[in-house]
Amino acid sequence: MTKLPYLPETPSQTAGPYVHIGLTPNALGNAGIYPQDLGISPIRDGAKGERITIRGTVTDGAGMILRDALIETWQADAEGLYPAPNEARGQADPNVTGWARVIADFDSGQWTLNTIKPGSVPHTSGGTMAPHISLWVVARGVNIGLQTRIYFEDELAANKKCPILARIEHKDRMRTLLAKKTGNGEYWFEVKLQGEDETIFFDL
Amino acid sequence: MADAPVRGPLVARDRLWHPPAYAPGYKTSVTRAPSRALVAAPSTLSEETGPAFGQDMLGELDNNLILNFTGQPAIGERIIMHGRVQDDQGRPVPGALLEIWQANAGGRYRHKKDGYAAPLDPNFGGCGRTVTNAEGRYEFLTIRPGAYPWPNGPNDWRPMHIHISVFGSGFGQRLITQMYFEGDPLIARCPIVNTIKDGSAIEQLVAPLDMSAAIPMDCLAYRFDITLRGRRQTFFENRPEGL
Ligand SMILES: [Fe+2]
Repeated sequence: MTKLPYLPETPSQTAGPYVHIGLTPNALGNAGIYPQDLGISPIRDGAKGERITIRGTVTDGAGMILRDALIETWQADAEGLYPAPNEARGQADPNVTGWARVIADFDSGQWTLNTIKPGSVPHTSGGTMAPHISLWVVARGVNIGLQTRIYFEDELAANKKCPILARIEHKDRMRTLLAKKTGNGEYWFEVKLQGEDETIFFDL
Repeated sequence: MADAPVRGPLVARDRLWHPPAYAPGYKTSVTRAPSRALVAAPSTLSEETGPAFGQDMLGELDNNLILNFTGQPAIGERIIMHGRVQDDQGRPVPGALLEIWQANAGGRYRHKKDGYAAPLDPNFGGCGRTVTNAEGRYEFLTIRPGAYPWPNGPNDWRPMHIHISVFGSGFGQRLITQMYFEGDPLIARCPIVNTIKDGSAIEQLVAPLDMSAAIPMDCLAYRFDITLRGRRQTFFENRPEGL
């Protein structure tokens, strides 16, 4: 057998139904191990930008709402800068951590993200990506974490020019990536794992 | 952070190496697998960047699952789980956040939805976390988890396993997997293990017994190295862009 010129990535396995034990023990009720869970908020007091709340659910192909899903979110600050050590364009807002973990409510399955609306981010090969929040969705029955993005239905002009949205061949599916505005600073976003109106998932 | 930040586009995932979303032997995947093709494109800044994790955010016992719940020792066979996080070129990944969770020695999880007959261990919480050092290395002290039955086929059992979440330098490298133990006869029978089609990929998840790291008269050790998605080029901060 010839040796591969690279090491293969460690293969994924499902997060299973008990992911909260490891990633959000305090939210589960297993207090006492860590003072607080990681990723409790993507922003701190004083974060610049428009405060928004996004609520939503994760549903399966039978239309059932998942109560064991965990979503991680990653976003830029209001200027479009990532609060990351490898962000080369400048220093992001110190009150934006950019990263959060949100879990489906154990009873209703609804999740809530309180954050700021991110700015546009340049695309490496030209163009500008419309304001978006990257999502990584794991749950029992999900064998490898699913990548998707929240875009905003009220960013029409920016969305039209986004090189990632332009990749989508079936234009009627694009709406599955748009958070619906339900009020002042309030949005609704459903992740549909399968079936009619299945959310667009990426391989980026 | 002492280490220069790593940049550059992420290498595309080999989707045939990973388990497919739809794997009917694992019944829950049937209604939770997307049926449409993924929209593939080269990574962007949104996948190439990620938050910083430092040793300073860790508590002293965070990687010691034997003691980190009550301070009194958990019941079970004492083991070290250790290894190295590396990229596809074998370079160490420092500053990676590793979080693990597992059942107790009887195969029971501390979770409101686990009603298995084996009792909870009052001194076992079942989670730990650490951040890799400059050489990409990590270590946990824990107990060997028990196997447990689960509703899927008529008599399916999970092999002994430790769930592990890995966060490297980019959000697009995000990975959750499970570590199995060398020699466990339940591995080959497990529908979740067998969602992975390639036998060599499964082998990557089976940690060998590592007597060189075992502590005499104290604990055994298992070695679990983790490889993350690589990057096509590496730029260092002290070099001008594009060099
Ligand atoms: Fe498990």
